Amino acid sequence: MKKPELLVTPTSVSHIEELAEAGADAVMIGEQRYGLRLAGEFSRADVAAAIEAAHRHGMNVYVAMNAIFHNDKVDELGDYIAFVAAAGADAIVFGDPAVLLTVREAAPHMKLHWSTETTATNWYTCNYWGRKGAKRAVLARELNMDAILEIKAHAEVEIEVQVHGATCMYQSKRSLIGNYFEYQGKVMEIERKKYEKGMFLYDKERDNKYPIFEDENGTHIMSPNDVCIIDELGDMIEAGIDSFKIDGILHEPRYITEVTKLYRRAIDMCAKDREQYEREKEELLAAVEALQPPHRRLDTGFFFKETIY
Amino acid sequence: MLLKNDRISEIVDGKRVIVKKPELLAPAGNLEKLKIAVHYGADAVFIGGQEYSLRANADNFTIDEIREGVEFANRYGAKVYVTANIYAHNENIPGLDDYLRALEDAGVHGIIVADPLIIETARRVAPKLEVHLSTQQSLSNWKAVQFWKEEGLERVVLAREVSAEEIRQIKEKVDIEIEAFIHGAMCSAYSGRCVLSNHMTARDSNRGGCCQSCRWDYDLYQLADGREIPLFAEGDAPFAMSAKDLNLIRAIPAMIELGVDSLKIEGRMKSIHYVATVVSVYRKVIDAYCADPDHFTIREEWVRELDKCANRETAPSFFDGFPDYTNHMYGTHSRKTTHEFAGLVLGYDPETGIATIQQRNHFKPGDEVEFFGPEIENFTQVIDTIWDEDGNELDAARHPLQIVKVRVKRPLFPYNMMRKEN
Repeated sequence: MKKPELLVTPTSVSHIEELAEAGADAVMIGEQRYGLRLAGEFSRADVAAAIEAAHRHGMNVYVAMNAIFHNDKVDELGDYIAFVAAAGADAIVFGDPAVLLTVREAAPHMKLHWSTETTATNWYTCNYWGRKGAKRAVLARELNMDAILEIKAHAEVEIEVQVHGATCMYQSKRSLIGNYFEYQGKVMEIERKKYEKGMFLYDKERDNKYPIFEDENGTHIMSPNDVCIIDELGDMIEAGIDSFKIDGILHEPRYITEVTKLYRRAIDMCAKDREQYEREKEELLAAVEALQPPHRRLDTGFFFKETIY
Repeated sequence: MLLKNDRISEIVDGKRVIVKKPELLAPAGNLEKLKIAVHYGADAVFIGGQEYSLRANADNFTIDEIREGVEFANRYGAKVYVTANIYAHNENIPGLDDYLRALEDAGVHGIIVADPLIIETARRVAPKLEVHLSTQQSLSNWKAVQFWKEEGLERVVLAREVSAEEIRQIKEKVDIEIEAFIHGAMCSAYSGRCVLSNHMTARDSNRGGCCQSCRWDYDLYQLADGREIPLFAEGDAPFAMSAKDLNLIRAIPAMIELGVDSLKIEGRMKSIHYVATVVSVYRKVIDAYCADPDHFTIREEWVRELDKCANRETAPSFFDGFPDYTNHMYGTHSRKTTHEFAGLVLGYDPETGIATIQQRNHFKPGDEVEFFGPEIENFTQVIDTIWDEDGNELDAARHPLQIVKVRVKRPLFPYNMMRKEN
């Protein structure tokens, strides 16, 4: 049976070597100037080094350009795209149509993955972006398993699904952390504090903790738990989903590597012998649970949740 | 300032006048609000149908109501746009063709959409409908606008995060109609990029289920060495992402000079009193500026008038630059408006000076009320006697929609409104 690609977001160039060992097939990297919510910050030199390292191990490299761009960056997109193409990246990940048009001008043969985090919600629209030039659609995290399988059945593009890690619940252009400090009168601390790590919002009613951080793209609020469906991969593998993503954001490199090893085992086992996978998948889930930092629980995201409107 | 694609003003008899007058676009949550919005001076209204629109909790229109709304609007030369701006899921695909055909058949001028599924389906099955890109796409740069122009869209609604300077650049580079928000509630997130409701209440925000989780209180902490450190002091208001409402009344001249094609008021969930008040104020501002832009000043009574229906503080958001902390509400939430809708004028007898009024909120003799409407200057008076339809004297107008008569000191017209201070 065809195996889905195992795509992971690394924290650094050296981490890519570890992920290759751990069994990742591809990595997504980039810098916050162009990409959203990355596990690590990769300068141009890092991108070039990362591509070289990954290709040495036979892994694909996708460069994130999925930010929402304002006019001020439009003119520099072409230069970055030309750099990414020359460095040998295997695809550019985009959400803003400005990137699509610029790729047509600056690197017409570059593969494109369409990824907007929240808006890839039906098969028609995935195929629409396919007709515009995308080779792959990265599905919204708010879809359930049935919807994902239905999209795959109708898709004319590759389908990527995030199977593990934090997901984004909210992105604002506003400086919400900096503004809150300013409101509190902590003016001197703002520049230092607003980019610090480890901040979260506490929701008393639900007893949830939502990680929050600020960067060049604004303020981001993340899911309270890490999605983990290492024990529910069977139907998607059988349906031929093209790529499973582990998003490493907010985690230490060692955690990301160990989780990658477990998903590698799960995919290989399920593709070879689904019955064995069904027998052993609980152990795989328990192994992931054992890796979780104390403040991060696991859940199954929206894969088995009913959402109304 | 002259832009490439549009001539904004001309000199007529030695005086500059605006020749490119923008459309005033108002929300209408139901048929009554549509009629009020149009009567009070909206050039166009946007409404939601029973499906595919983002306000699942609004009344929303049946196809028959849409048809009636279009007929009413057409009598005033006004346009009707229908929002179909959900991000559709597979299950929303069946029925879309029929729905869009029905909108076209009802005479709707255009639809406001975000999902390419709905854009392409409309082109295929209902080609007479104009297609406008919704703010749900968070369109923030000229090149993305260029993309949607090449896709054949007639108009785009820009992201709420776009500044005046960015609008100017977009207008210079791309020849397409631009619609921009001037008034109303704001998403503090990039529209379409928020799924707080999905996570917190299992309601799909991008299909109309938004429960405004961004308006709730949260406490900000920092995790350091396994300890949770509060980033607020005793007595500090909690962390908030809740944005103050937009109010760009003072920026209308700038918007007009930029050549923005449509000035949009938010609020399909808002009351009929809100729609009437906000539309009438912006109608006056736009008309006054366009008639004599070089001698125009904002009248403070217009600003005060908008405050009478406001249930949050207001701020300019991104229009003039980057929103600082004063654009957010810390420790405060929406409040009651200072004024409430008390009655709708149905008729006026010039012989007796008596108005027929449909009650919309309790009022009684001795209450001070204010009348307003497109045909009149606002005036206040104290209610003396109230009669029912049969001429019996009442101690109060206490029943919703009750028809009563009161003596008024100046002439009134049907659809004028009566409000009172809370």
